Amino acid sequence: MNTRLTAGRYVGQAVKRIEDPRLLAGRGRYVDDVQLPNMLHVAFVRSNVARGNIVSIDTSEAKALPGVHAVYTGDDLNPRVQQFWHTMIGPPIEMGGQTHYAPLKPLAQGDVRFVGDPIAIIIADNRYIAEDAADLVQVEIDPLPAVVGILNGARDDALVHKEKPSNISDTMPIPEVPEVEALFATAPHVFTRRFHQARATNVPMEPRGIVVHYDRYAGDMQIWAATQSVSEWRSSAARLTGLGENRVRVIANDVGGGFGQKMMVTRDEAAVIMAGHLFGEAPIKWTEDRRENLMTANQAREEIFDVTMAVTDDGTLMGAKVFFWEDIGSYPAGAGAGAGLAGGVFPGPYKFPVVLPGGSAVFTNTVGKAAYRGPWMGETVAREQMMDHVAYELGIDPIEIRRKNVIKAEDLPYTTCTTMVYESVTPSETMEQALEMLDVDAFRAMQAEARKEGRLLGMGLAVYIEPSAIAFGILSSDQAIMRMDNTGKVIVAMSTGNHGHSLETTIPQVVAEHLGCDINDVVLVQGDTDSSPMGPGTGGSRSAVIAGGAAQTASLRLKDKILQIAAHMLEASPEDLEVNNSVVSVKGTPAKALPFAMIAPIAYQMPEMLPPGMEMGLEVTARYQPPGPFTWSNAAHVCTVEIDAETGHTKILRYIVSEDCGRMINPMVVEGQIAGGVVQGIGGVLFEHLVYDDEGNPLTTTFLDYLLPTAPEVPDIEIGHIETLSPTLGGYKGMGEGGAIVAPPAVANAIHDALRHLGVHPTDFPLGPSQVLALMNEAAQA
Amino acid sequence: MSDEVIVKLNVNGRDHKVMVEARKLLSDVLRDDLHLTGTHVGCEHGACGACTVIVDGAAVRACLLFAVQLEGSQIVTVEGVTPGDGTLNPFQQAMQDCHGLQCGFCTPGFVVSMTNYLDNNPNPTDDDLKIALSGNLCRCTGYRGIINAARTVAGLPVPANAADGSDH
Repeated sequence: MNTRLTAGRYVGQAVKRIEDPRLLAGRGRYVDDVQLPNMLHVAFVRSNVARGNIVSIDTSEAKALPGVHAVYTGDDLNPRVQQFWHTMIGPPIEMGGQTHYAPLKPLAQGDVRFVGDPIAIIIADNRYIAEDAADLVQVEIDPLPAVVGILNGARDDALVHKEKPSNISDTMPIPEVPEVEALFATAPHVFTRRFHQARATNVPMEPRGIVVHYDRYAGDMQIWAATQSVSEWRSSAARLTGLGENRVRVIANDVGGGFGQKMMVTRDEAAVIMAGHLFGEAPIKWTEDRRENLMTANQAREEIFDVTMAVTDDGTLMGAKVFFWEDIGSYPAGAGAGAGLAGGVFPGPYKFPVVLPGGSAVFTNTVGKAAYRGPWMGETVAREQMMDHVAYELGIDPIEIRRKNVIKAEDLPYTTCTTMVYESVTPSETMEQALEMLDVDAFRAMQAEARKEGRLLGMGLAVYIEPSAIAFGILSSDQAIMRMDNTGKVIVAMSTGNHGHSLETTIPQVVAEHLGCDINDVVLVQGDTDSSPMGPGTGGSRSAVIAGGAAQTASLRLKDKILQIAAHMLEASPEDLEVNNSVVSVKGTPAKALPFAMIAPIAYQMPEMLPPGMEMGLEVTARYQPPGPFTWSNAAHVCTVEIDAETGHTKILRYIVSEDCGRMINPMVVEGQIAGGVVQGIGGVLFEHLVYDDEGNPLTTTFLDYLLPTAPEVPDIEIGHIETLSPTLGGYKGMGEGGAIVAPPAVANAIHDALRHLGVHPTDFPLGPSQVLALMNEAAQA
Repeated sequence: MSDEVIVKLNVNGRDHKVMVEARKLLSDVLRDDLHLTGTHVGCEHGACGACTVIVDGAAVRACLLFAVQLEGSQIVTVEGVTPGDGTLNPFQQAMQDCHGLQCGFCTPGFVVSMTNYLDNNPNPTDDDLKIALSGNLCRCTGYRGIINAARTVAGLPVPANAADGSDH
């Protein structure tokens, strides 16, 4: 089933993970495991209303509680903030940047803007006392009507941020193009649908956390944090406090998942940084609890998509207009960012002659939006569901309408109508592979038989092309600082981080492959600003492509220097040498050989044995920037379901993925990323829904209300691979997010297929039992 | 602030005496006072299973117990189900072999609950395994590698995938 490239000694092999034994033994080092002498603990006082004016805050009782060291409010911390913005997003408009930020302040001051808005911060001997003290802080709030719902927010009846002229943070109208209007006016068929995703959240199993140690005599700040990007956090902490970046060290050891939520310093963490800076006496630790995580950590997916498609009688796509509404809550981590990218990649795997995108990002009195595994993924959710709606309207099989419009090998290189350039993608091939893995005819026969018994089976297909390894601004590059030590072993320091991506294994695979050494001789150092280079961290499906490219380049540079030294010693030409298992030998004369363990001490200790003029040592750096702003990967997912007509419960029967992430460094890791992403995507359709009531109260702040998929709900995910080389150095393509991007429409389309003969045509998530039953009842009464 | 009490705990076969507040959770005492940080706290309301420990032979949530309740009990944590000599127990080894962990935060809970389950239920069915796993949440793996690890230890068939066949 697989179209695989030939694997190398290490690259392409399912190498078992180097990081696993310590994590399995419970000896990982997560931020809450950091215990320091004299360390104190932090708890927040938070708003219990979504919108209102703060009448008074009385901290006297809390301050008097034994064991309490400090209670700070917005009046204490906010005026001390120097700057509050994110490197990855760039400075705000008022500082010459291009981003419309929410008015970011660590703590609420004057008014509150969502339930959970931090009002005061307590520093105490332990968390128990800190929470006791938080209960003693008396906050009087005069409530105001809350702005809840994207379209309500867009009406501007009330403002979320009084500093802003409108709740619409950013807007991009659909361009008015007369030729396109004429096309839509004369097209044989024009269909419009409104799709709605449901608010979901990243839910890393480790909640957020940060330890801040600022010593006012030493003048430097050390931070341990659950973050995806130590560089971003160092810069943010320096900007917030006014300390030089060289006075701030950020360490992320093991991080318990992020999925986008731990990329930026948000207000809670900024408050801890500012509190630690003001306190200046002892290290302070904040470990978020799950209720806080589900109430105040950033969320995503509250989005509406208005899609209009023009098609011919036979289903050939003529054009589309699409408008993305995104709810960015009160304080998004960054800004409403999805719409611009989502519009650009909306054409996806199909040959659209024209797509006109637009969008609005709307503030509401809910928790802010963050990146969540494929932040732009609404385009695939909308497009792939729309393809099925259009197919059924025309009486065409959803497979056939895709075959008619999908980009094929002979179309490459292909430039989309939105000016995206695809060189090596395989949407048609992965689609056909996934369908073959299913055996469509056999499924259709089974579906027909089942229907005779009143059973509801359906299959869903979804195809996409993903802009992986986005390379703009700070995201453009990653660096490897590589040293071979005095004994011939290698340390490579990178700006990546460990929150589940297996880089402690896959980067050494790349290094060992290209340097020619044993993988056990390579160690990756990451997640510490004192030893790792500046870079954007891990996220955005970038590390294999960009960090991998840097690791490969550094390995080849180091190998080149090793070969020059060996050539000098062996009196051979470097071109006549080869490297195997950390031994340099003359090709065809294996007796003339030098192991790395002999070459390395010469480089550090015996300058007289080096080629004339060569600098001592074995240290190289390489910074890799991929050739384009996107490295395109692609996949097709097929899902089959059975729906219980009595309960509306959806059971997934089979889940099939065919994907092309270029050359796979480690197929085991690739499949792990796919499976995890797919199950998050399934969760977003069938189980997960963060619910706010009309007053802006969050109703799902425990795992008994916010339902994650568990083992019995997930199918065995079947995965096929097609490997076509990307134009990047290693031929890799990013694939960390894809599973979560395309699973939702695949599941939704399967439900649609199972129910369409009953007149049910779903457009909204979630599609849990109650929603499916409601749709069935509605259709039955129509 | 409530008064502190002396609590005697037997953890991983060793006796400990700690002075803690009566309201202090077992999970916090294990982590803060005994420095056994392998027991992770993922929800503090008994839903995620990351803090699972074995008390007198039963897998329980350390975040739902007060340490003072455990006097006289035998407590085993992830540190206690790990051989300690640098090797892994059969379920831990299967987790590595089947790629049953990514970020590793939920992992100790799975290791404790499944080590205990497989010790007591050597011949489960596939459905039994999934139900046994249902008390632990994982956000990274989609449970694929975890289910396959449990199947491996239980001697049940594991679906083929591209990750098989490595000699590394």
